[in-house]
Amino acid sequence: MAPILEIQNLYKNYGSLEILKDINVSIDSGDFLVLVGPSGCGKSTLLNCIAGLEPISGGRLSIGGQDMTNVSPKDRNIAMVFQSYALYPTMSVAKNITFGMKVRGVDQSTQETKLAQVAQQLQIEPLLGRRPGQLSGGQRQRVAMGRALVRDPMLFLFDEPLSNLDAKLRVEMRTEIKALHQNLGASMVYVTHDQIEAMTLATKIVVMKGGEIQQIGTSSEIYNRPANLFVADFMGSPAMNLIPARTQSNDDGTHIEILRKDGEPIVLTDQVNRGLPSDVILGVRPEDIADPKMRGGGNVQAADCIVDIVEPTGADTYVVMQLGGKSVTARLHSETTAQPGKTQRLAFDLGKVSYFAPDTGLRLN
Amino acid sequence: MTDLATSPARGQSQSVRILLRWSLYIALGFFVMIYLLPLFVMITTSLKSLEEIRTGDLVALPREVTIDAWLTAWSGACTGIKCEGVRPYFWNSVLIAVPAVAISTLVGAINGYVVAQWRFRGANVIFALMLFGCFIPFQVVLLPMARVLGIIGIAGTIQGLIFVHVVYGIGFTTLFFRNYYVTIPVELTKAAKVDGAGFFRIFWSIFLPLSLPIIVVTVIWQFTQIWNDFLFGVSFSQAGTQPVTVALNNIVNSTTGVKEYNVDMAAAIIAALPTLLVYVVAGKYFIRGLTAGSVKG
Repeated sequence: MAPILEIQNLYKNYGSLEILKDINVSIDSGDFLVLVGPSGCGKSTLLNCIAGLEPISGGRLSIGGQDMTNVSPKDRNIAMVFQSYALYPTMSVAKNITFGMKVRGVDQSTQETKLAQVAQQLQIEPLLGRRPGQLSGGQRQRVAMGRALVRDPMLFLFDEPLSNLDAKLRVEMRTEIKALHQNLGASMVYVTHDQIEAMTLATKIVVMKGGEIQQIGTSSEIYNRPANLFVADFMGSPAMNLIPARTQSNDDGTHIEILRKDGEPIVLTDQVNRGLPSDVILGVRPEDIADPKMRGGGNVQAADCIVDIVEPTGADTYVVMQLGGKSVTARLHSETTAQPGKTQRLAFDLGKVSYFAPDTGLRLN
Repeated sequence: MTDLATSPARGQSQSVRILLRWSLYIALGFFVMIYLLPLFVMITTSLKSLEEIRTGDLVALPREVTIDAWLTAWSGACTGIKCEGVRPYFWNSVLIAVPAVAISTLVGAINGYVVAQWRFRGANVIFALMLFGCFIPFQVVLLPMARVLGIIGIAGTIQGLIFVHVVYGIGFTTLFFRNYYVTIPVELTKAAKVDGAGFFRIFWSIFLPLSLPIIVVTVIWQFTQIWNDFLFGVSFSQAGTQPVTVALNNIVNSTTGVKEYNVDMAAAIIAALPTLLVYVVAGKYFIRGLTAGSVKG
């Protein structure tokens, strides 16, 4: 079966300014694709290009196997939810939802059936007679979703739909969107700058920066095997520790030497990854620096570190120390005995680390 | 302790404040009086007989109220050789102002919608040129416009005056609507495009229903401009198509012998009444519409 959405060598320029450079993405039916990146990375522009609201400067784009490069938005078989919801202010909720069908000349009875169905699905029946101005943020969000759902399109597009909601509601709606995706089995493209939203929702993540794709992969691929320093730093909270280190190949593996502010450098031995250059950036997730008692296994090695700061968060306790001239965070169990200024023995899980080249920032292992 | 110490002082500042407040009211009242005095003189004079005007005081109330001057002004006063009052010219003005206001407002709305919501290459240049049209003095366009009207074949007609006012008004109406529509998020247009609506559908179904405040502003502005216009009216009309402002001038300037001040005043008030009425009826929306764009939260 042809991919639902296929983007090939897409370019987008504003005058001489390149907004998107050589974008290649494709998703299959039922995929939930999340475009994530810092503001200004071009993710919203890419979504607008997919919708046909922005013309593209080069490349091609097909939806449902049909070339849509020069097709107008209304004929692309898509529905879109906007950040500001973009509800029509002078129309009631019911009219907002049925506007698209009315424009397309769908007959009255079908309109009513579909409206009732969507209203029931989203539990917005009591709101149908109201104007958008009389709704709360969460309710507007639902109506905007309703307007998209009623179209029953081949592809749903979401442009940061949750960023105007408060933190609690955002988490609720996130779960709801995920449930909706599972129940409908629909194909979705979703733009966000929130990496947690990206991780929780996506079946496929595209990390973007400066108009270029940095990495495409599943949540776990992006999280565990980031393609470069940018992705490593951007995805995950607290961020991955990126520690400058020197390496030396020996018979028993690669020796990794991390400088410390005072005292001898830490030397770890990676038995798996060999042939690394002499200078690397070692990437370790905070949860991969753990209590030695809690973590065992083939490639786990312990070292003594001097703790600077202890931050209890309830479930976990974050411990911050200085390694290789950087602040390094370890995620320990809440019952840890670590104390500021004291030495703590910590286990580094070398089976899960990433190595990056300091000059190019690219992944080495 | 501190309460005891400060309470007399506070009492004093209270009375000072009341004094200041009242002197403010008195000053404002004084200026209101100066401002309203001409209107007062016009109304009282129009209700006096000619005899009383000659003998009486300018600012005195009429001893005997009579509406003869109003009746004369409406249907009997002489404008040159004809003596049928301002009535036919008043209707000319209505026939000119109503279509001209309607057309220029509608065209301005569509222009503003395009410039604000359908960004295209050169949109800013076109808007700047339209704005420039607002600042062209009337006198500059008189001769070219006379030529154009002659070529089109509507010189000296009501349609000709409608055309002139529409053309001259588009700059302002476009400016009003553009500034209003710029505050409406572009996402609204995008959403409607995805929903399948086209250019005019989006305008009719989404933008026009939102536009009541700015329509009121534009209508008041345009109506006042067109109704009060004298220069275009006197330049591009002929006997029978003159607007009320021109007729008023003729009544005042063509009387021979005794100046009928009461008739002049009544005619002037009649000529000003429609714009006055528009402000009274829609003034509330006018202020609201003018500030709507700037303070939208």
